[in-house]
Amino acid sequence: MKRRHLLASAALGLGLAFSGAANAQMDKVKACFVYVGPVGDGGWTYQHDVGRQDVEAAFGDRVETAFQENVPEGADAERVLTQMALSGCNIIFTTSFGYMDPTNAVAAKFPNVMFEHATGYKRDHPNVSTYNARFYEGRAVQGTIAGRMTKTNKIGYIASFPIPEVVMGINSYYLHAKKVNPDVELTVVWAYTWFDPAKEADAAKAMIEQGVDVIAAHTDSTAPLAEAAKSNGAVIGFGQASDMSEYAPSPRVSSIIDNWGPYYVKRVGQLLDGTYESGDAWEGISGGEVLIGDITDAVPAEVKAEAEAMRDAIAAGSYHPFTGPINKQDGSAWLAEGQTAPDGDLLGMGFYVEGITGEIPK
Amino acid sequence: MDFGSINPAVLIASLMVAAVPIMLAALGELIVEKSGVLNLGVEGMMIIGAIAGFIVAVNTGSPVIGFIGGAVAGAALSLVFAFLTQFLLTNQVATGLALTLFGLGLSSLAGQGYNGIKPPPTNAVPFGPLADIPFLGRVLFAHDWMVYFSILMVAVTWYVLKSTRLGLIIRAVGENHEAAHSLGYKVTRVRIGCIMFGGAMAGMGGAYISLVRVPQWVDGITSGAGWIALAIVVFASWRPWRVLIGAYLFGGITVLQLNLQAAGSAIPVEYLSMAPYLVTILVLVIMSSGRGKASLNAPASLGQNFHASH
Amino acid sequence: MLRLEKRPTPSQFWQYGTPIVAVLLTMIVGGILFAMLGKDPIAVIRTIFWDPIFGEFAFYLRGQLLVKAGPLILIAIGLALGFRAGIWNIGAEGQYIMGAVIGASVGLAVYPTETRLIYPVMVIAGALGGWLWAMIPAILKTRFNTNEILVSLMLVYVAETILAKAATGFLRNPDGAGFPGSRNFSSYKAASNPELIAGSGLHWGGVAALVTAILVYILLQRHILGFQIKLAGQAPRAARFHGVNPTRLVVFCMGVSGALAGLAGLFEVTGPAGQISIDFNSGYGFTAIIVAFLGRLNPIGIVFAGLLMALTYVGGEMAATNLGLPSAAIQVFQGMLLFFLLGVDVLSNYRIRMFMGAK
Repeated sequence: MKRRHLLASAALGLGLAFSGAANAQMDKVKACFVYVGPVGDGGWTYQHDVGRQDVEAAFGDRVETAFQENVPEGADAERVLTQMALSGCNIIFTTSFGYMDPTNAVAAKFPNVMFEHATGYKRDHPNVSTYNARFYEGRAVQGTIAGRMTKTNKIGYIASFPIPEVVMGINSYYLHAKKVNPDVELTVVWAYTWFDPAKEADAAKAMIEQGVDVIAAHTDSTAPLAEAAKSNGAVIGFGQASDMSEYAPSPRVSSIIDNWGPYYVKRVGQLLDGTYESGDAWEGISGGEVLIGDITDAVPAEVKAEAEAMRDAIAAGSYHPFTGPINKQDGSAWLAEGQTAPDGDLLGMGFYVEGITGEIPK
Repeated sequence: MDFGSINPAVLIASLMVAAVPIMLAALGELIVEKSGVLNLGVEGMMIIGAIAGFIVAVNTGSPVIGFIGGAVAGAALSLVFAFLTQFLLTNQVATGLALTLFGLGLSSLAGQGYNGIKPPPTNAVPFGPLADIPFLGRVLFAHDWMVYFSILMVAVTWYVLKSTRLGLIIRAVGENHEAAHSLGYKVTRVRIGCIMFGGAMAGMGGAYISLVRVPQWVDGITSGAGWIALAIVVFASWRPWRVLIGAYLFGGITVLQLNLQAAGSAIPVEYLSMAPYLVTILVLVIMSSGRGKASLNAPASLGQNFHASH
Repeated sequence: MLRLEKRPTPSQFWQYGTPIVAVLLTMIVGGILFAMLGKDPIAVIRTIFWDPIFGEFAFYLRGQLLVKAGPLILIAIGLALGFRAGIWNIGAEGQYIMGAVIGASVGLAVYPTETRLIYPVMVIAGALGGWLWAMIPAILKTRFNTNEILVSLMLVYVAETILAKAATGFLRNPDGAGFPGSRNFSSYKAASNPELIAGSGLHWGGVAALVTAILVYILLQRHILGFQIKLAGQAPRAARFHGVNPTRLVVFCMGVSGALAGLAGLFEVTGPAGQISIDFNSGYGFTAIIVAFLGRLNPIGIVFAGLLMALTYVGGEMAATNLGLPSAAIQVFQGMLLFFLLGVDVLSNYRIRMFMGAK
């Protein structure tokens, strides 16, 4: 009976002392990270680990970090989280959507440990925060470049799974391409995987064959860029998740970089100086979470300027990528003139905007 | 179905490239199984080949040496399997699966520091004017040398198995190792040779993924190709030319489903993504029910260990 | 030179001794690997093998061993039946998925009805889902002579696509704001599979695994069907003379292994995993194949093999988090452990003899 007692007393005793906000200063923080892939994936997990290293660099001896790679979602995640909480982590970042329920379940048992869940929406307990990045802002910049650069008026998007995050990206990319080039057509290929380099390459090839000459990918590998590279400059693409600068200046003409460092440093810093509060963060270009990788000289100067102006307007908050009038695919109205999309609509986005052909798999 | 906007020449050309890794690995496994050994560690050997080939190619600047390096690494890993199953007589299924686990881990350790590097390019073989022939040029004369090498290897395995003394010995060992042993063949030695050949081919197939198909190193890059290769061997009912058909069929449906999506087909995406697997099953059902005996073509001693009792 | 000489009967001593020798050998070689990676080998080995059972947090981790081992054991026992009869079901992963999807569908279809009947019906549906998925290769084999290895393996990928469709489509949580993933069963009492004793890690899946191990052990030892299964695997021709009906045997073995895998999926989705998600499956169906052979295809052996496997996972995670070991190193270590376990087993069936000169 000792074990139950221990868990229960830890939960009760410390639960009274803290309630979501850790108001006491701390001399040292142990920050732990749970990754869904290997740190060598060169994309999603790699970028989170870069953020972890930023934390170490920022606080030196005042912080200790630990991480666990390749954690399957579900029961395994719950165990890893519990283990981390037991072994003294003060703040735990869970970096995949599928960790949402395990994060909340474990958070209930350890009210004195702060949990930060990436890309989810559930904050059932006062010690759970959520954070995400507004990748669609980056897609707006990409769409602008795509619309200007396409010669065939066909642009492509390699999609992973039909979830709001991806649909949001597709819509933003299309809207901004359309804005600068009304004739543009969008081809979407659903790969039904986050990571399968060979399949991603085939998807890119299939699109190129259909005349697509600008490819954006929502999958993690550089395979689509490598495929584009075979076209001798006729086809361009973008780095996804990481900069993928090895394919610059062409076919990689720009990139969206997931930059979690600023957020991680901020949160750990707040924990150290006692100003930490749970909440929901959804930062984009302005917060530095979404970086637009260097736009190369393969793009004409005026297009580059236009894309950078878009980036800066978003960063300054003077422009929202989803600003009405925007209709849904079926022609019904979504946003009225001048109205910007509420975050709730975006986070649950399950529809294409007007003009995109094809259907979201159901 | 709307095939209207899909160019068949390009489709064929892409499926030929898509099929290379699984075809090479499947050919290797075919020889292994013909000798009576079932090595389920193809995925592990492929990924070791992928990282070794990548490291060698990056450091030497030569993709050709890279492919050789991939083959050597695949063969070296297969030696672990050979030692365990042939000398210590371990269960082949379990040992093969353990080999996959081991290979995946080892490749990831070896690959640290090789993320985000571009390997030296493997270019198309210059066929000059031949490549400009309509249709045929694109299908036949616009590939890198590994595509031709993989087809050549189909022919070589077919010829060796069918018409050489070596092939006869391999088949004899795989059909009935007791009888082969009493005829004076070195069963264990033959099998070790076959296992190493299988490892080399799988390694080369893996190297093709990291050097040509993707080309880059990331953890888990083979993402299941080894399993498909295993299935192709069964699909082919242990015949080399059917390996080619199987690999092209599988690669072809995979490429076709993506092409159909890109061409805006109305078929729901999820059915398209299942298609390669379902079609493979369907074709095998037709083949095995038509002949009635296709699956009986399996080597009789497959998966059984041999121990010379005298 | 060294030579192997077959023992007339397996050595009792080595049958129990080999696993210990293997673990010790793995510790030595693994220790060298960890030292090469710049870690303290003794600390790593202790973290993997000792801490989950006796360490500071053992009160929690011991239960987790059961959570992790339960599905492995349940699936492996079913597979072992088929393997003994020479029937190669490689696609337990797919049957696991389908059991979870179909079982969960039944439960979610009647949400939020709370009656005690729901869970038993879901369990049956889960078993049925796995069974149906396994019947496809079984029937194709008996009808068309199609190889079950290929069909069962291919159906894993089909099941994965269905899983993705379920998570993003027909089972998606209607209150989940469009995000993928089904409702969480932990908040749906009648359909959930909680720990039976808090903190023990034991849920219905673990119970089912242990009960199945005993039942199958009895089946193999005492029942005519068990005899037929063993005979069909060892001497197919003799089996036919003994009136073993191969078609029935295939259907039975595939069916049982499919149903057990389906059950494992159902218990997992309603219990530890909690919900259907795109990446719900995490390779239990494949790992169970190794577990089956590590347990020498014997139900009781499988229970121990499953627990040992679970130990390396749980302890490996600890080592990775607390000592900063890459998870790939743990994979390599697990691979080595399996190599040694399999390799050293030679001692129980063979004697090693030294002799001089060539043979």
